Amino acid sequence: MLRDITLGQYYQADSVIHRLDPRVKLGSTILFIISLFLFDNAAGYVVAALFLALVINLSKVPFRFMVKGMKAIVFLLMITVVFNLFLTPGEPLLTIWKFRITKEGVSLAVLLAIRLSFLIIGSSIMTLTTTPNQLTDGLEKMLGPLKRIKVPVHEIAMMMSIALRFIPILMEETDKIMKAQLARCADFESGNIIKRAKGLVPLLVPLFISAFRRANDLAMAMEARCYRGGEHRTKMKPLHYERRDFVAYAVVICYLATGIAAGYAAPLLLSLTGMTGGV
Amino acid sequence: MPIILDKVSHIYGQDTNTPVKALNNINLVIPDGQFIGIIGHTGSGKSTLVQHLNGLMKATAGNIYFNGEDIDDDDFDKKKLRSKVGLVFQYPEHQLFETDVFTDVCFGPKNLGLSKTEVELRAYEALKLVGLDDEYFYQSPFELSGGQKRRVAIAGVLAMKPQVLVLDEPTAGLDPKGRDEILEQISKLKKETGITVILVSHSMDDVARYVERIIVMNRGCVVYDDAPREVFRYYRELEEIGLAAPQVTYMMKDLQEHGYDVSDNVTTIDEAKDEIMRYFTRLAAAKKGNG
Repeated sequence: MLRDITLGQYYQADSVIHRLDPRVKLGSTILFIISLFLFDNAAGYVVAALFLALVINLSKVPFRFMVKGMKAIVFLLMITVVFNLFLTPGEPLLTIWKFRITKEGVSLAVLLAIRLSFLIIGSSIMTLTTTPNQLTDGLEKMLGPLKRIKVPVHEIAMMMSIALRFIPILMEETDKIMKAQLARCADFESGNIIKRAKGLVPLLVPLFISAFRRANDLAMAMEARCYRGGEHRTKMKPLHYERRDFVAYAVVICYLATGIAAGYAAPLLLSLTGMTGGV
Repeated sequence: MPIILDKVSHIYGQDTNTPVKALNNINLVIPDGQFIGIIGHTGSGKSTLVQHLNGLMKATAGNIYFNGEDIDDDDFDKKKLRSKVGLVFQYPEHQLFETDVFTDVCFGPKNLGLSKTEVELRAYEALKLVGLDDEYFYQSPFELSGGQKRRVAIAGVLAMKPQVLVLDEPTAGLDPKGRDEILEQISKLKKETGITVILVSHSMDDVARYVERIIVMNRGCVVYDDAPREVFRYYRELEEIGLAAPQVTYMMKDLQEHGYDVSDNVTTIDEAKDEIMRYFTRLAAAKKGNG
């Protein structure tokens, strides 16, 4: 029932991308997202698309898994596209009643749609190829320097990994409770909004109780093993960079440079071809 | 209202890279009024199987018929099926949510759209059937003990007046006393109401005492389906799939090996006692004959 949500889910496979250091993946994803906002013309997005295609291909994760993650933002995407399509002032293309579609509106809507989808696909590649544990490990190491200014980095990472760990558990629990209430002829699907919201009570109350129970058990188990935070804590698998990680950094920087260069070069090339055409 | 399973299979995660075959070509007939035990090791598919009986899970292949109707037909009323085949999940107390016991038990019959008096009548009857005293009726279900919570949850399903009651590991996590009480109560309930009861368990000792038919599952297949004493004949095979015959059966086999002429075809302590007594009477009679 609830198994369709891929955002934040790991896909088991043996690929170069899976083996990369989580810091590389985190850093690259952030760079990739920044690059999407830096590029403001078609040439940059062609480079970004090629880069994405390369990474997806290397990651050995079937493309449909990323598309599944996209489903969650379809609604948001639609709203963005519609608003930009109709509300951007400029050269009118088509007028329906009071609404006007402009040339600028079309290009902006397309641009934003591409930007958003790339953003989601890019970040889901990271979560699909990195286990939550690796991810928080990477984050903790990356934010390490902040410890000097008394930021509780370890605690933040710990909370994040616990929260992430609880997502599948709570989803399973929801599924179980839902089935138990369905077996008592509960109705989650029909009726108006108020009736449906009321129908969720038999699901949410047991879910909250079970979340508290689990949190309590976990706290007890940690206490029993003398957990006391980040000080002097060692890791079973400490992170360290390998050759492939440096190669990955190089590739990402090359991508950024190519994208920016393409952004400058494209209008230049266009005007050049325009000039030769004119001659 | 009999349930018939015809070549039912279920595969988890069919479109992922790790599909798991949980049920493999199951054929079963569950007639009215039987007391059935479904036994299997963890992961043998028993929980998956029972969730098919009331249409909570859909078979990936095969058909299930309830009272002669295919439950996967588009015009089949699933809600009615769920009220006729009551399913009590593992740790059913985790489904309780109301502010008091009585209202919680009312939830099931209320969903059936019955009148208020009928709902309350059924809730009262169900709570009496599971042997809960009146003093607990208006307490919060979260203040009760583990065994009492479980009774309330079972009553919540019973209040819909199912014709088939399926209990998935009803004794999990209870102490020996709570376990015996629940099993006794279920057995009593079966005698009083005459409904079909299906008990899912991994413990032969729990089940052997009460049921008249045992279905043994392993890796998604039905391995044995017979009366308890017939099934326990295969105790060696049962051991291979991580199960065991009841302890008394082993004890009788030990006695045999030590030269006592007793039958090992017993499944409960009472039967074993009778068999041993019979042996001694025979012995005494033989002695008298000699003397």
